Amino acid sequence: MSSVISLTDIRRVFIMGDQQFEALKGVSFDIASGEFVAIMGASGSGKSTCMNILGCLDLPTSGRYLLDGIDVGGISTDQLADIRNKKLGFVFQGFNLLARTAAIENVELPLVYAGFHSKERRQQALLAMEQVGLAGKENNHPSQLSGGQQQRVAIARALVNNPAVILADEPTGNLDSSTTEEIMGLFTALNRQGITIIMVTHEHDVAAYAGRQITFKDGRIISDSQTGRTV
Amino acid sequence: MDFLQTLKIALRALRTNKMRSFLTMLGIIIGIAAVIAMMAVGTGASYVISQQIASIGSNIILVVPGSTTSGGLRTGSGGAQTLSSDDSKAIMTECPSVAYAAGTVRTSGQIVSGNMNWSSVVMGGTPELFEIREWPVVSGRPISQEDENGAVKVCLLGQTVAENLFGSADPVGNIIRIKKIPFTVIGILDRKGQSPQGQDQDDAVFVPLRTAQRNLVRSQRTGIVSAIIVKAKSEEQIDKAESEIQALLTQRHRISNVKEPDFSTRNLSEILAVAEKSSKAMSLLLGAVASISLIVGGIGIMNIMLVSVTERTREIGIRMAIGAKKNDILLQFMTEAVLLTMLGGLIGIALGAGGATAVSRMLDWPTMISFQSIAIAFVFSGAVGIFFGFYPAKKAAGLNPIDALRYE
Ligand SMILES: Nc1ncnc2c1ncn2[C@@H]1O[C@H](COP(=O)(O)OP(=O)(O)O)[C@@H](O)[C@H]1O
Ligand SMILES: [Mg+2]
Repeated sequence: MSSVISLTDIRRVFIMGDQQFEALKGVSFDIASGEFVAIMGASGSGKSTCMNILGCLDLPTSGRYLLDGIDVGGISTDQLADIRNKKLGFVFQGFNLLARTAAIENVELPLVYAGFHSKERRQQALLAMEQVGLAGKENNHPSQLSGGQQQRVAIARALVNNPAVILADEPTGNLDSSTTEEIMGLFTALNRQGITIIMVTHEHDVAAYAGRQITFKDGRIISDSQTGRTV
Repeated sequence: MDFLQTLKIALRALRTNKMRSFLTMLGIIIGIAAVIAMMAVGTGASYVISQQIASIGSNIILVVPGSTTSGGLRTGSGGAQTLSSDDSKAIMTECPSVAYAAGTVRTSGQIVSGNMNWSSVVMGGTPELFEIREWPVVSGRPISQEDENGAVKVCLLGQTVAENLFGSADPVGNIIRIKKIPFTVIGILDRKGQSPQGQDQDDAVFVPLRTAQRNLVRSQRTGIVSAIIVKAKSEEQIDKAESEIQALLTQRHRISNVKEPDFSTRNLSEILAVAEKSSKAMSLLLGAVASISLIVGGIGIMNIMLVSVTERTREIGIRMAIGAKKNDILLQFMTEAVLLTMLGGLIGIALGAGGATAVSRMLDWPTMISFQSIAIAFVFSGAVGIFFGFYPAKKAAGLNPIDALRYE
């Protein structure tokens, strides 16, 4: 199986004044297209740092990162923006939707920056809204939606540009248990359609939805296991 | 990202904080409104002035008596009786740059027609006067050389006099009495309007010079004129004509001390130049006021844009994570700033134009709103937005997406 993500000896050193802190101490793994991976670990173990690098929001201090065959090291910030726009979809713990902006317009946003025309944008956004089960809520503003619904809008936004990978950093961290189940059900369904998903969580029952669990500790991977459930 | 979308986002941002947007625009609104209103009033005023100066006639030089010393007493300028009809004729025949010269006398008196009477200015002048002042008759006939030579008691009426003595009836052929002396009305002059000094030029009666000298004014000698009005052959020849007149009169009046002539000349183009200069100074002042208010307004906009960038750090982070490039963010905030100033500019233009119109209605003062001033105001308000919006927009575009996303 071809790997959509390939990390080789990734290190990330933060420099604060005269202090240095190595948040990632040589991380390597490959993720194949169509996988559903949960990244686990205690708080401060480097999960988010790793996700930021995977999401092309941050660059590693050293090591090699191949995304869909492209070496992400040493390319311009505008090219990184382009990769985020075309190859990646983000789902955040705090939803991160634009306030006072209709759900459908939030979903359209990646297509706006990709330069699609308004008609095409609307069409694809409606499709994504339908996929996450929010048909009919297109014109609601985030404040008029429940937490679960807001996260669905965020997932629709992550989906709309047909990304190679969806990255979700603690997507259920702000949700109650029944809503968590709904969202995880949605992720599972999307994964069954062939979308690669990488999700950070520190809850075992959430991680259990994934087919593979990678566990971090102090900036290193301490376990990487298939849980038997493969697509 | 297409421009329409950028515009939409900017409009939404402005609408979210309506009151704040309005207050931010206020500086620009007031600045632009003041400039538009003052320019309108200023242009109106200078139009009126140039109109009035043109009404006197073009390329005109006025020769008036100067002060004379007689027995140790100096009379004021214009009070002496040093100019004569012969001087006027000499100027016309001997000065090569002069087209026409006309001697004039001026008095005022009661004018009676039947049971109507009207007090007005009475001017005596040779027929050339009407050529010089480019002042045709609209009915009847002008004063002829025969009228002048024969000191015939005929007169031309200005429109105001005609209206007050005859109403809508035709005065031509009627007899009127000027200072109790009967004159035949031979024509009505065209309407002239106000002089630069604000006098109604149509409130006057004109008679041949010699008729006036003999019947209407008293003087020490015969043939005295109170002023000679001269027309140069062209605008370029005004200065030359003036020095020719000075040389001629100095010689004719046997003036030994050139510094103390008994006459003086005034060039109407000089008055025009002064008027032009003061209107230029006025626009310079307006420009200063405008730039100060626009700078103050611009600083206000920069301030609010910086606040807006800080408030929307998270939004900027989201947009960047989703694929916005530096330029997309830069453009978004620039558009917002320019929209703010242009909107302020538009409101200012409307307010200024409205204010100017109101002033012209209430005070009966002419105003002119030129397309140019509107275009300049509009472009300037846009430029202020670009200039003062750039720094905040640059700051927004330079944010690191991770930090921006984490911003609380
Ligand atoms: N921008 C930064 N500057 C300095 N230290 C950082 C920065 N980001 C993360 N760290 C540190 O790196 C470590 C890993 O952080 P993170 O990846 O956020 O952990 P988590 O696994 O909880 O997501 C933490 O000790 C954190 O303090
Ligand atoms: Mg984290």
